[in-house]
Amino acid sequence: MTTSPSARAERLVNLVLCLLSTRQYLSAERIRATVPGYADVASDEAFFRMFERDKAELRELGVPLETGRSSMAEPVDGYRIARGHYELPDIDLAPDEATAVALAARLWDSPALAGAARSALQKLRAAGIAVDPDAASAVQPRLRAAEPAFAPLLAASRAGRVVTFTHRSNPTAEARTRTVEPWGVVSWRGRWYLVGHDRDRDDVRCFRLSRIGDDVRAVGARGAVTPPADLDLVALVAASAGPPPPSGTARVRLVPGRAEGLRRGSRPDPGGDPDVVEIDLSRVDTAARWVAAYGPDAVVLEPPELRKAVVALLRGTLAGVDTVEAGSVR
Amino acid sequence: MTAGVSERLPRLLTLVPYLLARPGIAVAEAAADFGVGEAQLRRDLELLWMCGLPGYGPGDLVDLSFEGDTVTVTFDAGMRRPLRLSGAEAATLAVALRALADAPGMVDADAVQRALAKIEDAAGRVGPVPDESAEPAGEGTAVVAVGLGRRPGGAEDEVRRAVETGRALRLTYYSASRDAVGRRVVDPMRLLLVDASAYLEAWCRRAEGVRLFRLDRVDDAEVLDEPAAPPPGARGREGSGEDLLRPDDGAHVAALVLRPAARWVAEYYPVEDLHADDDGSARVTMRYGDRDWMVRLLLGLGDAVDVLAPPDLVEARRARAREALAAYGEDD
Repeated sequence: MTTSPSARAERLVNLVLCLLSTRQYLSAERIRATVPGYADVASDEAFFRMFERDKAELRELGVPLETGRSSMAEPVDGYRIARGHYELPDIDLAPDEATAVALAARLWDSPALAGAARSALQKLRAAGIAVDPDAASAVQPRLRAAEPAFAPLLAASRAGRVVTFTHRSNPTAEARTRTVEPWGVVSWRGRWYLVGHDRDRDDVRCFRLSRIGDDVRAVGARGAVTPPADLDLVALVAASAGPPPPSGTARVRLVPGRAEGLRRGSRPDPGGDPDVVEIDLSRVDTAARWVAAYGPDAVVLEPPELRKAVVALLRGTLAGVDTVEAGSVR
Repeated sequence: MTAGVSERLPRLLTLVPYLLARPGIAVAEAAADFGVGEAQLRRDLELLWMCGLPGYGPGDLVDLSFEGDTVTVTFDAGMRRPLRLSGAEAATLAVALRALADAPGMVDADAVQRALAKIEDAAGRVGPVPDESAEPAGEGTAVVAVGLGRRPGGAEDEVRRAVETGRALRLTYYSASRDAVGRRVVDPMRLLLVDASAYLEAWCRRAEGVRLFRLDRVDDAEVLDEPAAPPPGARGREGSGEDLLRPDDGAHVAALVLRPAARWVAEYYPVEDLHADDDGSARVTMRYGDRDWMVRLLLGLGDAVDVLAPPDLVEARRARAREALAAYGEDD
């Protein structure tokens, strides 16, 4: 037997109200006899199928459906909804706090997250809080998540399911299939990463979402993934994507009034020379790229290996072919 | 037309407490708040009117009174509060609030912290449901995290004050494209957080155009007594993300060959016409506004990039490299 979506919605609302109003656990049979919409179902089998689907729908929505028996004498488990678990607790937001929440709900530029933020906002407003969705319209926060892998990886992380996908370690590398226990997705400095346990390499790994294919598949059972208790997603990505901690310092001579960008990322020379600055050095090649960009306006004094690396970059520039003859641009 | 139950049921469960908190609200206003048409909201109310407590007699059903175009709940049948926030909902709000708190200058950080504490408290106070049906492990824990990794520039509060009070602003600003610090008076329009960076969108009186100013590059800001007065035609940028950050005046186009060591450029900057070559390099065209800026980018790449065009860029790059080698006392 089929019922219209409208009849099903009505039955589900009545089921919630019925289970909220009882302290006793109600058996499925009792619910069948009580809640309108179930009584018309002819066979036991059809009823149980319908009831299972309804329970699943409510749980999907986050309704805390409890199962249990009110006394040892009950032959089967029953159901109830504890009001204390169902209801949004009292929450009182001052106007500036409500504005912050409205802004936060506008942050996400991804359907998966924007939907959850919007429904959260509706619940807060139903609790009587004046959250104006257009509050502080002079502020527009936006965090994009345009990568096709985002939604399936978020869903798998929430469900605790193992995933497989193809991934390139750099844009020109060959794509390889990975099997990962996903712990979460992280936006670090505006780029999205998946953090998890890479089963093939038996180690923690961070994957740039833009380098993951559109072939993400959840393969394991729900709840199969257990992230570590002391998990700090941002710290893991920051350690993996960010520069290593500085291992030394370099001294650079700057032309007065020039190389402002380098000057801003530096400290004054401990020796007191106004035209010399000191910078942190973690990777020589990264530092060399940064200094070389300023050409004659920034000259490395020490260490020698950084001096050498900058000179090598500059020589490389002149060694290039840079052909500009007609027809060379394909 | 009937929307799916999964979309409608959350609204049905939220509607009664929402109306309880707003007696006599216009049906149209409620519909707009829920993002549905007025006809749909009236169908929702008709359905709720048929729902209630066991017994299902006249005194057991949800009761509503309509007056003109307004509606008031006269019996709620026990739906006094909305359903608690799901783990995903609470986490989504909390992560967004943390991101805002992490973005210096966007909002009053103190208000954000207070709101975050209250949201987390409300989510935490419910506690786990003692049965097998609880949400999967990941639902309650934060599986989304945001780290902007930005240091404050120091003048964010003044910039925000100018936006909030609608005043003009004198900025001391580091322009990365010109690699220089300059002073200018701007008429603030709005604050933007795009991905990991916060920007002030304002009418720049010197450039006579709408410009984006990254807040962490504002060295100093002084709120002026005069009101912010962008010319009537001044428009903020539409869209989000890359549309917003497209270079203001990318008047020039470079044709580049990026070898593997320089392929990151194509991920980091907007490029067009990407062609992969067999040897792992990529040919791209890239827009730029300021030649000196482009030369700095190229010098940092060394032989990992070839410049095919335009000729003046090729020559400027080589000339800078020669001068730099001379400064190191090396011949080219």
